[in-house]
Amino acid sequence: MPAPGKTLEIRTSPHILSGYSVDSIMFNVVLALLPVTAFAIFAFGLAGLLTLSMALVSCVLTEHLICRATGKPTTIGDWSVTITGLLYGLTLPPSLPLWMVAVGGVICVAMGKALFGGLGYNTFNPALVGRAVLQAAFPVAMTTWIAGFTAGRFTSLPSSTLTLPFTEPTVDAVTSATPLALWKFSRETTAVADLATGFTSGSAGETSSILIILGGLYLIARNMMNWRIPVSIIAAVFVLSGALHLVDPTRYASPVFMIFSGGLMLGAMFMASDMVGSPMTSIGCYLYGALIGVVTVVIRTWGGLPEGVMYAILLGNAVTPHLDRWFRPRVYGTATKEAAS
Amino acid sequence: MAVSTKTTTDEFIKGLWKDNPVFVQVLGMCPALAVSNTARNALAMGLATAFVLVMSNMVVSSLRSFIPKEVRIATYILVIATFVTLVDYVIQAISLDLYKALGAFISLIVVNCLILGRAEAFASKNTIARSTMDGLGMGVGFAFALFSIGAVREIFGAGSLFGVSLFHDAFQDWVVMVLPSGGFFTLAGWLLLFNWIKQRKAQRERAATLSLTEEAAR
Repeated sequence: MPAPGKTLEIRTSPHILSGYSVDSIMFNVVLALLPVTAFAIFAFGLAGLLTLSMALVSCVLTEHLICRATGKPTTIGDWSVTITGLLYGLTLPPSLPLWMVAVGGVICVAMGKALFGGLGYNTFNPALVGRAVLQAAFPVAMTTWIAGFTAGRFTSLPSSTLTLPFTEPTVDAVTSATPLALWKFSRETTAVADLATGFTSGSAGETSSILIILGGLYLIARNMMNWRIPVSIIAAVFVLSGALHLVDPTRYASPVFMIFSGGLMLGAMFMASDMVGSPMTSIGCYLYGALIGVVTVVIRTWGGLPEGVMYAILLGNAVTPHLDRWFRPRVYGTATKEAAS
Repeated sequence: MAVSTKTTTDEFIKGLWKDNPVFVQVLGMCPALAVSNTARNALAMGLATAFVLVMSNMVVSSLRSFIPKEVRIATYILVIATFVTLVDYVIQAISLDLYKALGAFISLIVVNCLILGRAEAFASKNTIARSTMDGLGMGVGFAFALFSIGAVREIFGAGSLFGVSLFHDAFQDWVVMVLPSGGFFTLAGWLLLFNWIKQRKAQRERAATLSLTEEAAR
């Protein structure tokens, strides 16, 4: 492109550019994820580091190889697959065998992204597709959580991490139930301060709500994320679980607990707000967020699993094309409904 | 249909590959997805369907000049249902376990679109010999397809084939593969492979004819 003001530029619109591109937005999302990633490695030590690295490497490598095989220029430079890999790694339990991490990474990119046509065409969030398949394939390994902040976490690994490919993992590390599982199966609550700061067990990146919110605020401040989505998800969860809690506090967890526990923050901030899988209009975003929030509470409260954010977001992704069709903005210059009738 | 240049062997072979009922025509999806969780179930289902297909093709074709057009579908269903009942009792006699595993899907062979489709589109217009070979080809093709799906699902889902353990005891089962979604994944994988092979073949043929015409032009 010639320098502005020097030559007469004749080309198609848009003529005014904000300077944002796919690469720069994606790179900023990676930046926003870095604090969460660092905390995951700090909390779970070597196991967290290896899980995250394996997730990242398997996703990026799969994308590169698929691009090579289909004769397209490689797209790993646009940072989108880096986000997929990071988010996918952050949703995994840190003691997951590395071979399972690799299998899921291949599924993320191959099935969740490449089969649909690559970035911009992936109906479902690729990271969650990979995780959902893993959850269905290896339900035991995917729900075995090691305790964070153990003394030897930087020097030793849980035995399950290095399980030989295709064999069943054996767990020798101290396992610990997630706050949601504790609530679901034994009605124990976890202190909100622990939930917010991340001193609980859980998936690698879902524990520290505060750092996730910080990353999300950074993206919102730079106008790289639609704030309506996380806000409406969290509001929906808060309102619905709050109403339930008011009805019967012994059976339904408090709304604050619901918001800060499990993968809700990570899902709301970074996965539901994925630009490809979320609606384009504001009203669509509100409805999309509300749907995800309601489904999350329903699964957590009445479903068989303690956590349901993943399925809620995948369901939201599936509804997105319909929301886009139902809530089309009026095309500028055309008649409004009232005027036409 | 029924071009005289085609031999009966051609009618047999087309069902195996070129017009494979599952991988090319994508017919009979209900049993192909529902009971293909192990190789044994899949193969039993495939063979049962193949038997019904051959017999119904044979009978429909031999009766083709007697069946009034208006009630042909009802007549086909009657013929098919007769053989399905036969198969139902035979499977029950051979293995009760298998019978329970296949469940309602044995009776549902009656409404398998593949069988009715062959009766309507082929057996009602062709000789007995051709119709039998057509049924045999389609039946074997269907059984082969079900077995390919069932084998993959059993190997991943349980680490075994026909109940025989293939790997070390510590093999991690991929639970998803024996669940319904595993059927869809496996079927999609095979369809991908088949379409890829077909596409490559078509491309090569196109390239060959292109180079031939170029040479002819010279």
